[in-house]
Amino acid sequence: MLIELEKRKEPSTAMLYLTPFIAVIATMLAGAVIFTLMGLDGLGAVRKIFLAPLVDSYKWQDLGVKAAPLILIGVGLAIGFRANVWNIGAEGQYVMGGLAGTGVALATWGMTGWWILPLMCIAGIAGGAAYAGIPAFLKTRLNVNEILSSLMLTYVAIQVLYYLMRGPWKDPDGFNFPQTRLFSDDQILPTVVSGTVVHLGVPLAFAVAVAAWLVMTRSVFGFQIRVVGAAPAAARYGGFNTNRTIWAALLAGGGLAGFAGILEAAGPFGQMVPQFPTGYGFTAIIVAFLGRLHPIGIVLAGIILAVTYVGGELAQSSIGLPAAATGVFQAMMLFFLLATDVLVKYRVRFAAPARAGDAT
Amino acid sequence: MSNDVKPRIELKAISKAFPGVLANDAVSFKVEPGEIHALLGENGAGKSTLVKMIYGIMQPDAGDIIWDGEPVTVTNPKAARKMGVGMVFQHFSLFEAMTVLENIALGMDGSISQSSLEEKIREVLHTYDLKLDPHRVVSTLSVGERQRIEIVRSLLLEPRLLIMDEPTSVLTPQEVGQLFETLRRLSKTGCSILYISHKLHEIRDLCEAATILRAGQVVGDCDPRQETPKSMAEMMIGGNLKQISKAVKREFGEDRFVADGLTIAGDGDFGVALDDICFAVRAGEIFGIAGVAGNGQNELLLALSGEQPSAHGNAIRLDGKPIASMDVTGRRSLGLCSVPEERNGHGAVVDFNLTDNTLLTARDRMGLASHGIVLGRAANAFARMVIDDFAVKTTGPGSLAGSLSGGNLQKFIMGREILQNPEVLVVSQPTWGVDAGAAAAIHQSLVDLAESGSAIVVISQDLDELLAISDRLAVINEGRLSKTLKVGEASIDEIGLLMGGVHGDPFATAQMTEAVHAH
Repeated sequence: MLIELEKRKEPSTAMLYLTPFIAVIATMLAGAVIFTLMGLDGLGAVRKIFLAPLVDSYKWQDLGVKAAPLILIGVGLAIGFRANVWNIGAEGQYVMGGLAGTGVALATWGMTGWWILPLMCIAGIAGGAAYAGIPAFLKTRLNVNEILSSLMLTYVAIQVLYYLMRGPWKDPDGFNFPQTRLFSDDQILPTVVSGTVVHLGVPLAFAVAVAAWLVMTRSVFGFQIRVVGAAPAAARYGGFNTNRTIWAALLAGGGLAGFAGILEAAGPFGQMVPQFPTGYGFTAIIVAFLGRLHPIGIVLAGIILAVTYVGGELAQSSIGLPAAATGVFQAMMLFFLLATDVLVKYRVRFAAPARAGDAT
Repeated sequence: MSNDVKPRIELKAISKAFPGVLANDAVSFKVEPGEIHALLGENGAGKSTLVKMIYGIMQPDAGDIIWDGEPVTVTNPKAARKMGVGMVFQHFSLFEAMTVLENIALGMDGSISQSSLEEKIREVLHTYDLKLDPHRVVSTLSVGERQRIEIVRSLLLEPRLLIMDEPTSVLTPQEVGQLFETLRRLSKTGCSILYISHKLHEIRDLCEAATILRAGQVVGDCDPRQETPKSMAEMMIGGNLKQISKAVKREFGEDRFVADGLTIAGDGDFGVALDDICFAVRAGEIFGIAGVAGNGQNELLLALSGEQPSAHGNAIRLDGKPIASMDVTGRRSLGLCSVPEERNGHGAVVDFNLTDNTLLTARDRMGLASHGIVLGRAANAFARMVIDDFAVKTTGPGSLAGSLSGGNLQKFIMGREILQNPEVLVVSQPTWGVDAGAAAAIHQSLVDLAESGSAIVVISQDLDELLAISDRLAVINEGRLSKTLKVGEASIDEIGLLMGGVHGDPFATAQMTEAVHAH
């Protein structure tokens, strides 16, 4: 028996919007089965991970804080993915953005002024964009695959972080702990809802998503990105320069990842530490696809993935689920999403095997 | 009709459906032994699907195939070959870097020693008076010679039915003549030939019977020798064919669009570059560029449209301005529009709707965007205008380009460029894969644009098309452009020789002339 995939003439649009939800539900079911087979409370785990953070209004602020960097990075990656530029190294750009902003914070140590925080943000964006510029240069000049170069540079960025934490940027009053000084009040993001941990980065992330949506749908730049991704030959015919588009896509993705990095450093962390890379850059890839590469969809997807982070922590403390469970759920979500996507675009046919007996 | 000779093959109510289309709807016809039978129809009429079922590449959903009076099921091409069906495809499957002999050996079902295979090949070549050296490397052969490899490959199996799918679309007129001679000889030995084409005058020359398909159904049979190309075309499209109206005596202005020593380096061993291309197109003139596919037409279009700029700005001039080093956008702002050969993914983005597709090329000239912001309403209005003015059959500007039929999408693309009032329009294969009705409309719009004073370059493999619409033409061969000929004064023979690559090389000329005179 041969399994054949036959392309559907027109994939149903309703299904295209439904598949992210189907993927989430399939993840819950498969997760329940897997953790039950492992001898844990599978249903309880699913309930804790997917429902508890939504039901408990006290956890909503955590959702916002976790979702903000995922949304920012996801929106940036989606711009690249639309143009068929596969930036897999957002994690590294996120770290580099955080480091660049931290550099400004350390350089302005002891100073006061409203301008410090914006300057840190600009440095963060520039740091992330510059770091994404390396794969862009390699791709456009030497035709190096950006998937590999951007991914490998992530590990370089993390080593740079470790070096700075243990060397030049170590807090002189920190009892030799590998971390920087705590940021001062002028270097910390203000909270927007008093009494919560919701910092300025959260509304900023939502605003960036809306802005990206407008750019992608209403501007010639957004059109260019979409054409280059959908039909490179048509893009050349339309007068769009492919290399310039690759640069723009990578710089946008890197810039937003760097922005997310400095917002994390100046927000929840309040300093730079070796534990800074938490995998947001990788999770944001799932966010971008789950959100159908659409900025508004990415906001929803960012919240769903934030739920799994917050819920995963809850499940760890309350029912003793391993820490890796969160990653397992997130990965299953991407798997089911890609799988259902295939089924929406193709139909599965069971074809009769080619007869081997005819050979002479 | 009672007849003791059974038909070689008879199809009874063959149907085949694909998702969304009924490609063949109860198709029935028969081919007698030794008959050259034409299968005639427009692109998408279902001809290819039908022969793929005879050759076992696909299975019919319903209906019977009767072979020599016996119902058969053709499970795969190997079974078809065993039965005695040979097929020569439109696109050849040859390895460029291997010799003729090696290529044929690779395609054989059984194993056979190299020397006995060569002997058999020489025998076939001799019997049918085909010229081909078994030891030549394929990449050095012309398209006609490559086709001969495929024919020899089929003849080695001593077929009793040979299927030819659009065999002449890549041949020069002389090569077509040689091919027909071979096919006539073959039919005299009793082999039936199923000849698929939409070129009516060829079918009239060659075939004894024809079955006409339209939208998957048989709409008629005829004896092509009793018909005119026009009457067959009307059966094919099911309506009246409009004649192109073109002023007989036309005045041309100054040279508007000039290529002067345009040279582009090729890439790879088998790529064709452009070598010192020179021509001049005057205001109001349609300039045709003929040639067999793959002789640099694509490179020429890219070089002229600006998708492949050249370092020497002066190699292309528009109204005297050097533009060869400008990019697409720069050239378009000066009034140079273009239509590439490939519609899907080059001339249009199939996943985008028609409004978005107007943005692709018309955003600056038609003011569909300003300061980097897309003006959705203006784009929508322009898309609607293209649809109305060029009678594009679609549900509206919001429908996806990919949902349009080939002809309608081509009309949309042509309309999008023509309505921008270009000073110069460069089009490649304007009616490739387009039904006859749409082709006539496209030809008329090109003639009308020229009459408004634009200079037009039409690159096409369809010589009939160029002879119908262009005022002067030149032939491209291996990246070189021939001298310019006046349409009406140039003979088909002369154009054919140029297409075959004879540029005054005395030896080659003598050889080719001999070949022509042999028929």
